[in-house]
Amino acid sequence: MAGRLRLLVPIVCSTAFAGCGGGQSPLSPKSKPAHDISTLWWWMLAVASVVFLGAVFMITIAWLRRKREGLPYLGRRENVANGLVVVFGLLVPVAVLGVVFVIANLVVTKDTDAPAAGSTAMSIHVIGHQWFWEVRYQGTPAVTANEIHIPVRTRVDVAVNTADVIHSFWVPELNRKIDMIPGQTGRILLYADRPGQYRGQCAEFCGVQHAHMAMKVIAEPAATFRGWLANQSRPARAPTTPAQRLGRQTFLTTACSDCHTLRGTAARGVIGPDLTHLMSRSTLAALTIPNRPDELARWILDPQHVKPGNKMPGLKLDAAETRNLVDFLESLK
Amino acid sequence: MATVASPEAARRVQRLERVWRERPGLLGWLTTCDHKRIGILYLFTSLAFFAAGGVEALLVRTQLIRPDNGLLGPEKFDQMMTTHGVTMIFLFVIPISIGAFGNYLVPLMIGSRDMAFPRMNALSYWLFLASGIFIYTGLFLGHGPNAGWFDYVPLGSKQYDPGPNVDFYALGLIFNGVSSTAAAINFIVTIFKLRAPGMSLNRMPLFCYAFLAVSFALIFALPPLNVALGFLELDRRLGFHFFDVAHGGDALMWQHLFWIFGHPEVYIIILPAFGIATSIIPTFTRRKMVAFPLVALAEILVAFIGFGVWVHHMFATGLSSITLVYFAAASLIIVVPSGIQLFAWITTLNTGRPEFKTPLLFICGFIIFFLLGGLSGVMFAAIPFDQQLTDTYFVVAHFHFVIFGAAVFPILGGLYYWFPKVTGRMYHERTGQLSFWLAFTGTALTFFPMHIVGLLGMPRRVYTYPGGMGWSDYNLLESIGAYVLASGLFLIVANLLVSAFRGVRVGPDPWGGATLEWATSSPPPDYNFPVIPKVTSAYAMWDREDREEDARKLTRGDLVLERGHETPASTVLDADWDEILEMPSDSPWPITLAAAAAGVFAFLLLGHWLVAGVFGGLCLAVLAAWHRQEPQLA
Ligand code: HEC
Ligand SMILES: [Cu+2]
Repeated sequence: MAGRLRLLVPIVCSTAFAGCGGGQSPLSPKSKPAHDISTLWWWMLAVASVVFLGAVFMITIAWLRRKREGLPYLGRRENVANGLVVVFGLLVPVAVLGVVFVIANLVVTKDTDAPAAGSTAMSIHVIGHQWFWEVRYQGTPAVTANEIHIPVRTRVDVAVNTADVIHSFWVPELNRKIDMIPGQTGRILLYADRPGQYRGQCAEFCGVQHAHMAMKVIAEPAATFRGWLANQSRPARAPTTPAQRLGRQTFLTTACSDCHTLRGTAARGVIGPDLTHLMSRSTLAALTIPNRPDELARWILDPQHVKPGNKMPGLKLDAAETRNLVDFLESLK
Repeated sequence: MATVASPEAARRVQRLERVWRERPGLLGWLTTCDHKRIGILYLFTSLAFFAAGGVEALLVRTQLIRPDNGLLGPEKFDQMMTTHGVTMIFLFVIPISIGAFGNYLVPLMIGSRDMAFPRMNALSYWLFLASGIFIYTGLFLGHGPNAGWFDYVPLGSKQYDPGPNVDFYALGLIFNGVSSTAAAINFIVTIFKLRAPGMSLNRMPLFCYAFLAVSFALIFALPPLNVALGFLELDRRLGFHFFDVAHGGDALMWQHLFWIFGHPEVYIIILPAFGIATSIIPTFTRRKMVAFPLVALAEILVAFIGFGVWVHHMFATGLSSITLVYFAAASLIIVVPSGIQLFAWITTLNTGRPEFKTPLLFICGFIIFFLLGGLSGVMFAAIPFDQQLTDTYFVVAHFHFVIFGAAVFPILGGLYYWFPKVTGRMYHERTGQLSFWLAFTGTALTFFPMHIVGLLGMPRRVYTYPGGMGWSDYNLLESIGAYVLASGLFLIVANLLVSAFRGVRVGPDPWGGATLEWATSSPPPDYNFPVIPKVTSAYAMWDREDREEDARKLTRGDLVLERGHETPASTVLDADWDEILEMPSDSPWPITLAAAAAGVFAFLLLGHWLVAGVFGGLCLAVLAAWHRQEPQLA
């Protein structure tokens, strides 16, 4: 039955929703948990549609027969009317709801539960910050932000925490969401059937820039992933040109280093994202802008314009300082 | 009873007029304790807040009309979105349904001359008005509530929200809660004790069942909210650590406390709407409700089970799966009483001869929207689906169909339905139907596409969104819908305002209604009924002999009670004659007490504890004065 449904899903999906397949739609699942949830949805939609259309049909009948008393065929016997209420208002709903309960809450929910201990190949620790995601790869020194690389077709255990307020970790094409609540650790499975990029977004209102707290999961072949992780585990590259050296100087002597970490240097700030391998990311500020030199310069000069209210202040840097700083940051491959 | 049969009757009516006469002018309105005038005050005030909440909604929708729009910045947006929610729930739906409809209609429907505690009734109103002004003061000073209407901590804590925004929210809602609690107690006593002789509980209109259930629900639901808000203020103002994890507090406790209140609140919002529906449907189908006892039972059950489902707002917080399964089961069970009512309404429509006038159209809209909201609600009792779609626009669609489509549509229909009773004039029917279709289309257009954007992954409470996600067209549609809806609502107000002055005059009972409010003239006299009616069924107005007997009693002087400012009390279950109650007339103390209470809250907000204490003392003094002035014989 599930197999037949799986065939049905993309058809209904592509005709009903033009937006399917792009972005972060729960209706374009790319893993078993997300798939089961979307199948559950289509079934529930089918049942709900029958109920809804049935009721609309009855109201239409009431309108068509507004001049006549009683029900078609059944007439105006009061006990028939009461019986209808008992059957359709009480018995049928109880039966339908019972089925929904068993399938959804006893069967499907198993797929979306936190992964059993030891059932996963690797663990990632994601920490929500106002308004970005800190990502740590357990057992390695690798720390990154907002772009989570995982090996494809591998069960990955994600443990989530928050550094401040409640956030919610949600990559809908891969799994349901899990809240990040102070004082507790949430756990969820990440698994991707196919290589690709899957967008996610904070799903609990967390303050002014809740709207710009997005992320993406990048599922790639195991070998690519291992190469990426090895690079992430290394300290920051040393500058190679005079401009880069000046830029690094600026970074280490201004407030940048109070908030950001560059592993292998004196910059150990923990308020903002780890910038050790900034250039391995394709976006900045939790997917708010692309990671291009001009955008990077714009961000450093006036982050409050790009993402109003975020926790990074604009520092007063002159044109040369900014150019050198961007030069340096561009070298952090 | 416009026609008075005999000279004795005329004398009695004259005396009633004199005893019950309301003080004229502004002072009369400020000191009134008449449930009808208080109902009208509630009506205009809550409609004003409805307009404010509507403007906020339009601003929010205009900001979201296209991706990366810059109309409202994030801080303004958050204030608008939060104040919209707080306003619609605490300052519009509850006050209009309980305060306006309940106050005006419950005493009339049970054949009483007032609420059980008329001065407390006035106090509820003035407290409500003051709390609304309190919350809006924050908004106008640029410090409106901004952490969402459920104000999760730690986002709502001092550390992450250092301005006074959340203090306006927390103190304002405690303030507002006092008003609702007083109103609820008043309704319970009124419904239990002031029913006309013969109106045993099984002959009580379903409307009153709904208000009884709501009042009990309010009394039990508000304490957890007040506790939560109290803890929050202690944390914020005095450095306590109830919700502060770093010092052994628990952030999740806020969510439990809030939703133990918040879910019953949903039923508190919708039950009066059920009551309105069960009043309008029999009138316009010319038949009694199908399955009356089942519907009455369902109304009570909904209010009761509503207390056992709160965790379904927290399915993504990582609670143990056994907890989730339990609350999911409860959330499915609560669907059943709603299913019964829904089917009872539909069957009544089918077996009667429905006349689709404006009020009934709104009820049909209500049934359709309630179905939509109910069906998507069932889906949220499926744990994995909930965990996937919660906090997306799918939820926004769901609860707007429930709270706007299902709770507000009957209120709009009710405005039309009881308009002739309150004003003595008829609204304009064609314009009424047009306003229905505008509001119906607007609602569908605004909220239906939200299901789809939710399913496409758009989270709620975002002040903007990127293009290219497949969300933009739907958002545009929603924003257009919001304006269509606003025009429908505007048309309703215009229709009623114009008709209040120009409408055709009508008699006591233009619809052939079933309940006692139609027994008296339109608008009702200050004393409601010249004769306290005697009731022998749940459809008192359809018992012709009983009503003719009332007229004869006026001549005989039976149950007229014209000697004093009086109304009869009856026994709780059977409504047998019990005693005669002396009712207070106008009083300056309720408004004074509310003003003093406003002083307390204002100075708590400002942190002047001492001055707040002085105002607290003033409250006690006013209470003492109030207590000394017991009702006098007229
Ligand atoms: C007060 C702390 C603070 C200071 C000082 C600061 N930043 Fe930031 N920075 C942040 C925070 C917080 C973010 C994340 C903003 C967001 O996405 O909401 C950030 C983000 C960034 C990013 C984007 C990272 C990413 O992957 O998205 C870059 C690049 C950056 N900062 C560079 C700098 C530079 C260069 C300086 C010095 C000129 C600097 N920052 C100073 C706090 C700071
Ligand atoms: Cu967040």
